[in-house]
Amino acid sequence: MKQADFENKYSEFWQTLEINNLSELHTSDSFPEDYRLVCHHLSLARSRHYSPLLVERLEKLVINAHQLFYKRKSHFITSVLVYFTSGFARAIRKEWRWVMLSSVLFFGTFFGMLISLQYYPDMVYSVISGEQLAQMENMYDPSQAKIGRDRSSGSDFQMFGYYIFNNTGIGLKTFASGLLLGVGSVITLIFNGLTIGGVAGYLTSIGYGVTFWPFVSGHSAMELSAIVLSGAAGFKLGFSIISPGRKSRLLSLRDSAKEAVYIMYGVASMFIIAAFIEAYWSSMSDIPAMFKYTVGVINWVLLLSYFIYVGRFRG
Amino acid sequence: MMKLELLDSVHVVQTPEGIDINLRVAGIWPRSVAWLIDLLIRGFIYAVLAFVLSQFGDFGSGLMLILFFFMEWFYPVFFEVFNRGMTPGKKLFNIQVLNGDGTPVGWSPSLLRNILRSVDFLPFFYGIGLISMLMNNRFQRLGDLAADTIVVYYKHKTETLEIPKVEQIKPEFNLNIKEQQAIIRYAERSAQLSDARMNELAEILSPLDSNSKMTKNRLLGIASFLVGR
Repeated sequence: MKQADFENKYSEFWQTLEINNLSELHTSDSFPEDYRLVCHHLSLARSRHYSPLLVERLEKLVINAHQLFYKRKSHFITSVLVYFTSGFARAIRKEWRWVMLSSVLFFGTFFGMLISLQYYPDMVYSVISGEQLAQMENMYDPSQAKIGRDRSSGSDFQMFGYYIFNNTGIGLKTFASGLLLGVGSVITLIFNGLTIGGVAGYLTSIGYGVTFWPFVSGHSAMELSAIVLSGAAGFKLGFSIISPGRKSRLLSLRDSAKEAVYIMYGVASMFIIAAFIEAYWSSMSDIPAMFKYTVGVINWVLLLSYFIYVGRFRG
Repeated sequence: MMKLELLDSVHVVQTPEGIDINLRVAGIWPRSVAWLIDLLIRGFIYAVLAFVLSQFGDFGSGLMLILFFFMEWFYPVFFEVFNRGMTPGKKLFNIQVLNGDGTPVGWSPSLLRNILRSVDFLPFFYGIGLISMLMNNRFQRLGDLAADTIVVYYKHKTETLEIPKVEQIKPEFNLNIKEQQAIIRYAERSAQLSDARMNELAEILSPLDSNSKMTKNRLLGIASFLVGR
Protein backbone atom coordinates (compact mmCIF):
# COMPACT_ATOMS: atom_id res chain seq x y z
CA MET A 1 0.00 0.00 0.00
CA LYS A 2 1.36 3.38 -0.95
CA GLN A 3 1.62 5.96 1.79
CA ALA A 4 -1.08 8.20 0.36
CA ASP A 5 -3.63 5.39 0.30
CA PHE A 6 -2.72 4.44 3.82
CA GLU A 7 -3.16 8.02 5.00
CA ASN A 8 -6.43 8.46 3.17
CA LYS A 9 -7.79 5.31 4.67
CA TYR A 10 -7.01 6.09 8.29
CA SER A 11 -6.46 9.81 8.71
CA GLU A 12 -10.03 10.36 9.83
CA PHE A 13 -9.59 7.76 12.56
CA TRP A 14 -6.32 9.33 13.69
CA GLN A 15 -7.91 12.73 13.78
CA THR A 16 -10.63 11.59 16.14
CA LEU A 17 -7.95 10.31 18.48
CA GLU A 18 -5.99 13.54 18.18
CA ILE A 19 -8.93 15.84 18.64
CA ASN A 20 -10.60 14.08 21.51
CA ASN A 21 -9.85 15.24 24.95
CA LEU A 22 -7.69 12.60 26.59
CA SER A 23 -9.92 12.20 29.61
CA GLU A 24 -12.91 11.65 27.34
CA LEU A 25 -10.98 9.04 25.42
CA HIS A 26 -10.16 7.18 28.54
CA THR A 27 -13.77 6.55 29.38
CA SER A 28 -14.83 5.56 25.88
CA ASP A 29 -15.45 1.86 25.43
CA SER A 30 -13.48 1.58 22.24
CA PHE A 31 -10.32 3.15 23.62
CA PRO A 32 -8.36 -0.09 24.19
CA GLU A 33 -9.24 -1.24 20.70
CA ASP A 34 -8.38 2.10 19.16
CA TYR A 35 -5.10 2.19 21.01
CA ARG A 36 -4.06 -1.21 19.71
CA LEU A 37 -5.08 -0.22 16.20
CA VAL A 38 -2.89 2.87 16.29
CA CYS A 39 0.00 0.74 17.57
CA HIS A 40 -0.56 -1.53 14.62
CA HIS A 41 -0.58 1.42 12.22
CA LEU A 42 2.66 2.70 13.70
CA SER A 43 4.42 -0.60 13.24
CA LEU A 44 3.07 -0.87 9.68
CA ALA A 45 4.24 2.65 8.90
CA ARG A 46 7.67 1.85 10.25
CA SER A 47 8.10 -1.45 8.47
CA ARG A 48 6.87 -0.01 5.18
CA HIS A 49 9.29 2.91 5.56
CA TYR A 50 6.66 5.58 5.21
CA SER A 51 7.81 9.16 5.57
CA PRO A 52 9.32 10.17 8.91
CA LEU A 53 6.61 12.79 9.39
CA LEU A 54 3.85 10.24 9.23
CA VAL A 55 5.76 7.93 11.54
CA GLU A 56 6.29 10.80 13.93
CA ARG A 57 2.62 11.69 13.93
CA LEU A 58 1.69 8.11 14.74
CA GLU A 59 4.39 7.94 17.39
CA LYS A 60 2.91 10.92 19.17
CA LEU A 61 -0.52 9.39 19.05
CA VAL A 62 0.81 6.15 20.45
CA ILE A 63 2.85 7.80 23.21
CA ASN A 64 -0.07 9.87 24.45
CA ALA A 65 -2.47 6.96 24.31
CA HIS A 66 0.11 4.72 25.96
CA GLN A 67 0.44 7.06 28.92
CA LEU A 68 -3.31 7.13 29.29
CA PHE A 69 -3.76 3.43 28.86
CA TYR A 70 -1.13 2.45 31.40
CA LYS A 71 -1.93 5.09 33.97
CA ARG A 72 -1.94 3.32 37.32
CA LYS A 73 -5.19 3.48 39.15
CA SER A 74 -5.02 3.85 42.89
CA HIS A 75 -7.64 3.19 45.52
CA PHE A 76 -6.58 5.85 47.92
CA ILE A 77 -8.70 5.14 50.98
CA THR A 78 -8.28 1.37 50.79
CA SER A 79 -4.53 1.61 50.41
CA VAL A 80 -4.25 4.03 53.34
CA LEU A 81 -6.29 1.67 55.51
CA VAL A 82 -4.30 -1.37 54.49
CA TYR A 83 -1.11 0.56 55.07
CA PHE A 84 -1.83 1.51 58.66
CA THR A 85 -3.55 -1.73 59.65
CA SER A 86 -0.76 -3.99 58.41
CA GLY A 87 1.60 -2.74 55.72
CA PHE A 88 3.57 -0.20 57.73
CA ALA A 89 4.24 -2.40 60.77
CA ARG A 90 5.17 -5.33 58.54
CA ALA A 91 7.62 -3.25 56.57
CA ILE A 92 9.26 -2.10 59.81
CA ARG A 93 9.54 -5.67 61.10
CA LYS A 94 11.04 -6.77 57.82
CA GLU A 95 13.76 -4.14 58.19
CA TRP A 96 14.44 -4.94 61.84
CA ARG A 97 18.19 -5.07 61.25
CA TRP A 98 18.30 -1.48 60.06
CA VAL A 99 15.93 -0.41 62.80
CA MET A 100 18.27 -2.01 65.34
CA LEU A 101 21.37 -0.36 63.88
CA SER A 102 19.60 2.96 63.76
CA SER A 103 18.29 2.57 67.35
CA VAL A 104 21.72 1.65 68.67
CA LEU A 105 23.30 4.69 67.03
CA PHE A 106 20.62 7.11 68.15
CA PHE A 107 19.74 5.81 71.62
CA GLY A 108 23.37 4.84 72.26
CA THR A 109 24.60 8.38 71.81
CA PHE A 110 21.47 9.76 73.48
CA PHE A 111 21.85 7.75 76.70
CA GLY A 112 25.64 7.96 76.57
CA MET A 113 25.41 11.73 76.55
CA LEU A 114 22.59 11.83 79.10
CA ILE A 115 24.44 9.68 81.61
CA SER A 116 27.92 11.10 81.19
CA LEU A 117 26.60 14.64 81.63
CA GLN A 118 25.50 13.70 85.15
CA TYR A 119 29.18 13.20 86.00
CA TYR A 120 30.90 15.67 83.67
CA PRO A 121 28.38 18.48 83.05
CA ASP A 122 30.93 20.60 81.18
CA MET A 123 30.96 18.07 78.33
CA VAL A 124 27.73 19.59 77.07
CA TYR A 125 29.61 22.55 75.60
CA SER A 126 31.31 20.23 73.13
CA VAL A 127 28.00 19.62 71.33
CA ILE A 128 25.79 22.59 72.12
CA SER A 129 26.73 26.26 72.20
CA GLY A 130 26.37 28.22 75.41
CA GLU A 131 23.88 30.53 73.76
CA GLN A 132 21.55 27.68 72.86
CA LEU A 133 21.86 26.26 76.35
CA ALA A 134 20.90 29.59 77.89
CA GLN A 135 17.81 29.56 75.67
CA MET A 136 16.93 26.03 76.78
CA GLU A 137 17.47 26.96 80.42
CA ASN A 138 15.11 29.84 79.97
CA MET A 139 12.44 27.63 78.41
CA TYR A 140 12.47 24.96 81.07
CA ASP A 141 13.11 27.13 84.12
CA PRO A 142 10.78 25.68 86.78
CA SER A 143 9.97 29.19 87.99
CA GLN A 144 8.45 30.05 84.60
CA ALA A 145 4.71 30.04 84.17
CA LYS A 146 4.67 28.44 80.72
CA ILE A 147 7.06 25.57 80.08
CA GLY A 148 8.45 24.50 76.75
CA ARG A 149 9.73 26.45 73.80
CA ASP A 150 9.12 30.12 74.04
CA ARG A 151 5.38 30.43 74.41
CA SER A 152 5.06 34.05 75.34
CA SER A 153 4.03 35.07 71.84
CA GLY A 154 3.03 31.77 70.33
CA SER A 155 -0.17 29.84 70.31
CA ASP A 156 -0.31 26.05 70.21
CA PHE A 157 -1.23 26.02 66.55
CA GLN A 158 1.76 28.11 65.67
CA MET A 159 4.01 25.60 67.42
CA PHE A 160 2.19 22.76 65.68
CA GLY A 161 3.09 24.33 62.34
CA TYR A 162 6.65 24.87 63.45
CA TYR A 163 7.10 21.26 64.59
CA ILE A 164 5.72 19.93 61.31
CA PHE A 165 7.89 22.23 59.24
CA ASN A 166 11.04 21.58 61.22
CA ASN A 167 10.90 18.01 62.53
CA THR A 168 9.31 16.33 59.53
CA GLY A 169 11.78 18.14 57.30
CA ILE A 170 14.67 16.80 59.37
CA GLY A 171 13.22 13.29 59.14
CA LEU A 172 12.91 13.46 55.35
CA LYS A 173 16.46 14.76 55.07
CA THR A 174 17.76 12.00 57.35
CA PHE A 175 16.15 9.49 55.04
CA ALA A 176 17.44 11.11 51.86
CA SER A 177 20.99 11.50 53.12
CA GLY A 178 21.11 7.73 53.65
CA LEU A 179 21.53 7.52 49.89
CA LEU A 180 25.13 8.66 50.39
CA LEU A 181 26.13 5.08 51.26
CA GLY A 182 24.44 5.41 54.65
CA VAL A 183 26.94 8.00 55.84
CA GLY A 184 24.35 10.76 55.95
CA SER A 185 22.05 8.69 58.15
CA VAL A 186 24.87 7.84 60.56
CA ILE A 187 25.83 11.49 60.90
CA THR A 188 22.27 12.78 61.44
CA LEU A 189 21.42 10.02 63.91
CA ILE A 190 24.54 10.56 66.00
CA PHE A 191 24.19 14.33 65.79
CA ASN A 192 20.57 14.20 66.92
CA GLY A 193 21.38 11.68 69.65
CA LEU A 194 24.14 13.91 70.97
CA THR A 195 22.17 17.15 70.95
CA ILE A 196 18.91 15.75 72.29
CA GLY A 197 20.81 13.73 74.92
CA GLY A 198 22.91 16.81 75.63
CA VAL A 199 19.93 19.05 76.29
CA ALA A 200 18.18 16.40 78.37
CA GLY A 201 21.31 15.60 80.37
CA TYR A 202 22.22 19.21 80.97
CA LEU A 203 18.75 20.27 82.08
CA THR A 204 18.58 17.25 84.40
CA SER A 205 22.00 18.00 85.91
CA ILE A 206 21.02 21.57 86.78
CA GLY A 207 17.78 20.41 88.33
CA TYR A 208 15.36 21.48 85.60
CA GLY A 209 14.36 17.87 84.98
CA VAL A 210 11.15 18.42 86.92
CA THR A 211 9.83 20.58 84.09
CA PHE A 212 11.72 19.04 81.17
CA TRP A 213 10.78 15.38 81.51
CA PRO A 214 7.02 15.84 81.97
CA PHE A 215 7.04 18.13 78.92
CA VAL A 216 8.77 15.71 76.56
CA SER A 217 7.37 12.42 77.84
CA GLY A 218 4.13 12.59 75.85
CA HIS A 219 5.55 13.00 72.37
CA SER A 220 8.87 11.23 72.96
CA ALA A 221 7.64 7.87 71.68
CA MET A 222 6.41 9.19 68.34
CA GLU A 223 9.19 11.67 67.72
CA LEU A 224 12.21 9.63 68.73
CA SER A 225 10.93 6.50 66.97
CA ALA A 226 10.26 8.53 63.85
CA ILE A 227 13.86 9.77 63.86
CA VAL A 228 15.15 6.22 64.29
CA LEU A 229 12.92 4.90 61.50
CA SER A 230 13.98 7.67 59.07
CA GLY A 231 17.54 6.61 59.74
CA ALA A 232 16.66 2.96 59.17
CA ALA A 233 15.00 3.76 55.83
CA GLY A 234 18.11 5.75 54.91
CA PHE A 235 20.35 2.79 55.75
CA LYS A 236 18.25 0.61 53.51
CA LEU A 237 18.91 2.98 50.62
CA GLY A 238 22.62 3.28 51.27
CA PHE A 239 23.26 -0.38 51.91
CA SER A 240 21.47 -1.42 48.72
CA ILE A 241 24.28 0.31 46.82
CA ILE A 242 27.09 -1.02 49.02
CA SER A 243 25.94 -4.62 48.90
CA PRO A 244 23.54 -5.22 46.01
CA GLY A 245 23.67 -9.00 46.30
CA ARG A 246 22.80 -10.72 43.05
CA LYS A 247 21.27 -7.64 41.47
CA SER A 248 23.03 -4.81 39.69
CA ARG A 249 23.63 -1.84 41.96
CA LEU A 250 21.08 0.25 40.09
CA LEU A 251 18.38 -2.41 40.25
CA SER A 252 19.14 -3.06 43.90
CA LEU A 253 18.82 0.66 44.64
CA ARG A 254 15.50 0.89 42.80
CA ASP A 255 14.01 -2.08 44.60
CA SER A 256 15.14 -0.92 48.03
CA ALA A 257 14.08 2.65 47.36
CA LYS A 258 10.56 1.47 46.67
CA GLU A 259 10.42 -0.29 50.04
CA ALA A 260 12.14 2.58 51.84
CA VAL A 261 9.73 5.23 50.57
CA TYR A 262 6.89 2.94 51.61
CA ILE A 263 8.20 3.18 55.17
CA MET A 264 8.54 6.94 54.90
CA TYR A 265 4.80 7.46 54.43
CA GLY A 266 4.31 6.13 57.94
CA VAL A 267 7.31 7.92 59.37
CA ALA A 268 6.10 11.26 58.06
CA SER A 269 2.71 10.58 59.63
CA MET A 270 4.45 9.81 62.92
CA PHE A 271 6.25 13.14 62.84
CA ILE A 272 2.96 14.93 62.28
CA ILE A 273 1.29 13.04 65.15
CA ALA A 274 4.28 13.86 67.34
CA ALA A 275 3.97 17.52 66.38
CA PHE A 276 0.32 17.45 67.34
CA ILE A 277 0.98 15.86 70.73
CA GLU A 278 3.86 18.22 71.40
CA ALA A 279 1.85 21.31 70.54
CA TYR A 280 -1.39 20.45 72.31
CA TRP A 281 -0.64 17.91 75.04
CA SER A 282 2.96 18.44 76.11
CA SER A 283 2.47 22.18 76.45
CA MET A 284 -0.34 21.82 79.02
CA SER A 285 1.62 22.69 82.14
CA ASP A 286 -1.20 22.39 84.69
CA ILE A 287 -1.38 18.61 84.44
CA PRO A 288 0.35 16.65 87.22
CA ALA A 289 3.75 15.30 86.22
CA MET A 290 2.84 11.75 87.23
CA PHE A 291 -0.10 11.78 84.83
CA LYS A 292 2.12 13.01 82.01
CA TYR A 293 4.69 10.30 82.67
CA THR A 294 1.94 7.68 82.62
CA VAL A 295 0.69 8.92 79.28
CA GLY A 296 4.26 8.92 77.99
CA VAL A 297 4.80 5.30 79.03
CA ILE A 298 1.45 4.25 77.57
CA ASN A 299 2.41 5.90 74.29
CA TRP A 300 5.67 3.94 74.19
CA VAL A 301 3.89 0.67 74.98
CA LEU A 302 1.21 1.33 72.36
CA LEU A 303 3.71 2.28 69.68
CA LEU A 304 5.99 -0.68 70.31
CA SER A 305 3.03 -3.10 70.37
CA TYR A 306 1.86 -1.57 67.13
CA PHE A 307 5.15 -2.35 65.44
CA ILE A 308 5.43 -5.79 67.03
CA TYR A 309 1.89 -7.11 66.62
CA VAL A 310 -0.06 -5.23 63.96
CA GLY A 311 -0.55 -7.11 60.71
CA ARG A 312 1.09 -10.24 62.03
CA PHE A 313 -1.87 -12.57 62.09
CA ARG A 314 -3.70 -11.97 58.83
CA GLY A 315 -3.03 -13.09 55.31
CA MET B 1 16.09 2.20 12.83
CA MET B 2 18.96 4.26 11.58
CA LYS B 3 18.67 7.12 14.03
CA LEU B 4 19.12 4.82 16.97
CA GLU B 5 22.61 3.93 15.86
CA LEU B 6 23.69 7.53 16.09
CA LEU B 7 24.70 9.22 19.29
CA ASP B 8 21.37 10.61 20.40
CA SER B 9 19.23 11.41 23.41
CA VAL B 10 16.51 8.98 22.37
CA HIS B 11 15.38 6.50 24.96
CA VAL B 12 13.55 3.50 23.53
CA VAL B 13 10.75 1.87 25.46
CA GLN B 14 9.01 -1.25 24.29
CA THR B 15 5.31 -1.40 25.08
CA PRO B 16 3.33 -4.59 25.70
CA GLU B 17 1.87 -4.11 22.23
CA GLY B 18 5.30 -4.79 20.78
CA ILE B 19 5.80 -1.19 19.72
CA ASP B 20 9.01 0.71 20.29
CA ILE B 21 8.35 4.18 21.61
CA ASN B 22 11.11 6.71 21.15
CA LEU B 23 11.24 9.19 24.00
CA ARG B 24 13.53 12.17 23.76
CA VAL B 25 15.25 12.70 27.08
CA ALA B 26 15.52 16.28 28.34
CA GLY B 27 18.98 17.56 29.17
CA ILE B 28 20.39 19.72 31.91
CA TRP B 29 19.53 23.13 30.47
CA PRO B 30 15.74 22.83 30.08
CA ARG B 31 15.47 21.05 33.40
CA SER B 32 17.50 23.69 35.23
CA VAL B 33 15.54 26.57 33.82
CA ALA B 34 12.26 24.77 34.47
CA TRP B 35 13.39 24.32 38.06
CA LEU B 36 14.29 28.00 38.29
CA ILE B 37 10.86 29.02 37.01
CA ASP B 38 9.20 26.73 39.54
CA LEU B 39 11.38 28.31 42.21
CA LEU B 40 10.16 31.77 41.21
CA ILE B 41 6.54 30.62 41.19
CA ARG B 42 6.99 29.08 44.61
CA GLY B 43 8.71 32.19 45.90
CA PHE B 44 5.77 34.25 44.69
CA ILE B 45 3.27 31.93 46.41
CA TYR B 46 5.34 32.08 49.61
CA ALA B 47 5.25 35.84 49.51
CA VAL B 48 1.49 35.94 48.97
CA LEU B 49 0.89 33.36 51.71
CA ALA B 50 3.15 35.17 54.12
CA PHE B 51 1.38 38.45 53.43
CA VAL B 52 -2.17 37.11 53.71
CA LEU B 53 -1.58 34.82 56.69
CA SER B 54 0.33 37.44 58.65
CA GLN B 55 -3.05 39.13 59.12
CA PHE B 56 -4.22 36.20 61.22
CA GLY B 57 -1.70 36.28 64.05
CA ASP B 58 -0.36 33.11 65.60
CA PHE B 59 -2.88 30.89 63.91
CA GLY B 60 -1.85 32.38 60.58
CA SER B 61 1.84 31.82 61.16
CA GLY B 62 1.19 28.21 62.20
CA LEU B 63 -0.82 27.62 59.06
CA MET B 64 1.88 29.35 57.04
CA LEU B 65 4.56 27.00 58.37
CA ILE B 66 2.42 23.96 57.57
CA LEU B 67 1.77 25.22 54.04
CA PHE B 68 5.47 26.04 53.61
CA PHE B 69 6.31 22.50 54.61
CA PHE B 70 3.98 21.03 52.01
CA MET B 71 5.11 23.48 49.32
CA GLU B 72 8.73 22.74 50.06
CA TRP B 73 8.43 18.97 49.72
CA PHE B 74 5.27 18.29 47.73
CA TYR B 75 4.89 21.10 45.20
CA PRO B 76 6.50 19.03 42.41
CA VAL B 77 4.78 15.84 43.59
CA PHE B 78 1.37 17.44 43.29
CA PHE B 79 1.91 18.51 39.69
CA GLU B 80 3.72 15.36 38.64
CA VAL B 81 0.88 13.17 39.83
CA PHE B 82 -2.07 15.34 38.82
CA ASN B 83 -0.75 17.18 35.78
CA ARG B 84 0.79 14.39 33.72
CA GLY B 85 4.28 14.80 35.11
CA MET B 86 4.52 18.52 34.44
CA THR B 87 5.14 21.24 36.99
CA PRO B 88 4.37 24.72 35.61
CA GLY B 89 8.06 25.24 34.85
CA LYS B 90 8.32 21.92 33.06
CA LYS B 91 5.16 22.65 31.12
CA LEU B 92 6.75 25.81 29.77
CA PHE B 93 9.56 23.71 28.34
CA ASN B 94 7.28 20.90 27.19
CA ILE B 95 9.04 18.39 29.39
CA GLN B 96 7.41 15.85 31.67
CA VAL B 97 8.39 13.24 34.23
CA LEU B 98 7.61 9.64 33.32
CA ASN B 99 8.42 6.25 34.74
CA GLY B 100 11.34 4.54 33.04
CA ASP B 101 8.87 2.44 31.04
CA GLY B 102 7.14 5.49 29.61
CA THR B 103 4.06 5.34 31.84
CA PRO B 104 2.90 8.30 33.98
CA VAL B 105 4.43 8.62 37.44
CA GLY B 106 2.39 7.79 40.52
CA TRP B 107 2.75 8.85 44.15
CA SER B 108 5.66 6.70 45.25
CA PRO B 109 8.14 7.38 42.43
CA SER B 110 7.27 11.06 42.46
CA LEU B 111 7.67 11.35 46.23
CA LEU B 112 10.92 9.44 46.13
CA ARG B 113 12.52 11.54 43.43
CA ASN B 114 11.48 14.73 45.17
CA ILE B 115 12.57 13.71 48.68
CA LEU B 116 15.93 12.61 47.29
CA ARG B 117 16.22 16.02 45.65
CA SER B 118 17.78 17.18 48.92
CA VAL B 119 20.71 14.80 48.28
CA ASP B 120 21.04 15.80 44.63
CA PHE B 121 21.25 19.38 45.81
CA LEU B 122 24.40 18.63 47.85
CA PRO B 123 27.09 19.87 48.29
CA PHE B 124 25.64 23.06 46.80
CA PHE B 125 23.34 23.92 43.93
CA TYR B 126 22.69 20.39 42.62
CA GLY B 127 26.37 19.38 42.52
CA ILE B 128 25.70 15.68 42.98
CA GLY B 129 22.63 15.80 40.75
CA LEU B 130 24.60 17.37 37.89
CA ILE B 131 27.42 14.84 38.15
CA SER B 132 24.89 12.02 38.19
CA MET B 133 23.08 13.45 35.16
CA LEU B 134 26.30 13.67 33.19
CA MET B 135 27.25 10.10 34.05
CA ASN B 136 24.33 8.27 32.50
CA ASN B 137 22.72 8.41 29.10
CA ARG B 138 19.25 9.30 30.34
CA PHE B 139 20.25 12.44 32.27
CA GLN B 140 18.98 10.99 35.54
CA ARG B 141 19.90 12.55 38.84
CA LEU B 142 20.16 10.27 41.87
CA GLY B 143 16.48 10.75 42.70
CA ASP B 144 15.58 9.68 39.17
CA LEU B 145 17.85 6.65 39.36
CA ALA B 146 16.33 5.47 42.63
CA ALA B 147 12.75 6.12 41.55
CA ASP B 148 13.36 4.87 37.99
CA THR B 149 11.97 8.03 36.44
CA ILE B 150 13.01 9.99 33.36
CA VAL B 151 12.34 13.53 32.19
CA VAL B 152 11.42 13.60 28.52
CA TYR B 153 10.07 16.02 25.96
CA TYR B 154 6.34 15.94 25.78
CA LYS B 155 5.05 15.38 22.28
CA HIS B 156 2.32 17.65 21.09
CA LYS B 157 0.33 16.96 18.01
CA THR B 158 2.35 17.98 14.96
CA GLU B 159 0.88 19.99 12.16
CA THR B 160 0.72 17.70 9.20
CA LEU B 161 2.89 18.87 6.36
CA GLU B 162 1.28 18.17 3.03
CA ILE B 163 3.22 17.02 0.04
CA PRO B 164 2.35 19.45 -2.77
CA LYS B 165 -0.08 17.97 -5.24
CA VAL B 166 1.78 17.73 -8.54
CA GLU B 167 1.79 15.35 -11.49
CA GLN B 168 3.47 12.06 -10.63
CA ILE B 169 6.80 11.44 -12.33
CA LYS B 170 8.22 7.96 -12.47
CA PRO B 171 11.97 8.16 -11.87
CA GLU B 172 14.20 6.55 -14.50
CA PHE B 173 16.62 5.35 -11.87
CA ASN B 174 16.44 3.03 -8.88
CA LEU B 175 16.11 4.48 -5.40
CA ASN B 176 16.72 2.52 -2.27
CA ILE B 177 14.50 2.91 0.78
CA LYS B 178 16.61 5.57 2.45
CA GLU B 179 16.83 7.63 -0.69
CA GLN B 180 13.09 7.38 -1.18
CA GLN B 181 12.52 8.55 2.36
CA ALA B 182 14.89 11.46 1.87
CA ILE B 183 12.98 12.58 -1.21
CA ILE B 184 9.61 12.30 0.55
CA ARG B 185 10.93 14.24 3.49
CA TYR B 186 12.22 16.86 1.05
CA ALA B 187 8.79 17.21 -0.45
CA GLU B 188 7.12 17.45 2.93
CA ARG B 189 9.33 20.36 3.86
CA SER B 190 8.74 22.26 0.62
CA ALA B 191 6.39 24.72 2.32
CA GLN B 192 9.10 25.70 4.78
CA LEU B 193 11.89 26.35 2.27
CA SER B 194 12.31 28.96 -0.45
CA ASP B 195 12.16 27.99 -4.13
CA ALA B 196 15.81 28.82 -4.61
CA ARG B 197 16.85 26.59 -1.73
CA MET B 198 14.58 23.79 -2.95
CA ASN B 199 16.19 23.94 -6.40
CA GLU B 200 19.62 24.08 -4.89
CA LEU B 201 18.91 20.96 -2.86
CA ALA B 202 17.42 19.20 -5.89
CA GLU B 203 20.53 19.92 -7.94
CA ILE B 204 22.57 17.74 -5.63
CA LEU B 205 20.77 14.82 -7.27
CA SER B 206 21.60 15.90 -10.84
CA PRO B 207 24.40 13.31 -11.25
CA LEU B 208 21.73 10.56 -10.92
CA ASP B 209 20.44 11.33 -14.37
CA SER B 210 22.85 12.44 -17.07
CA ASN B 211 20.11 13.48 -19.54
CA SER B 212 18.50 16.33 -17.69
CA LYS B 213 18.99 18.56 -14.75
CA MET B 214 17.16 17.80 -11.52
CA THR B 215 14.78 20.56 -10.45
CA LYS B 216 12.40 21.17 -7.63
CA ASN B 217 9.34 20.36 -9.67
CA ARG B 218 10.74 17.14 -11.00
CA LEU B 219 11.75 15.99 -7.53
CA LEU B 220 8.32 16.85 -6.14
CA GLY B 221 6.81 14.79 -8.95
CA ILE B 222 8.99 11.87 -7.97
CA ALA B 223 7.95 12.30 -4.36
CA SER B 224 4.31 12.25 -5.40
CA PHE B 225 4.96 9.05 -7.26
CA LEU B 226 6.69 7.50 -4.28
CA VAL B 227 3.88 8.20 -1.85
CA GLY B 228 1.36 7.28 -4.53
CA ARG B 229 -0.63 10.47 -4.50
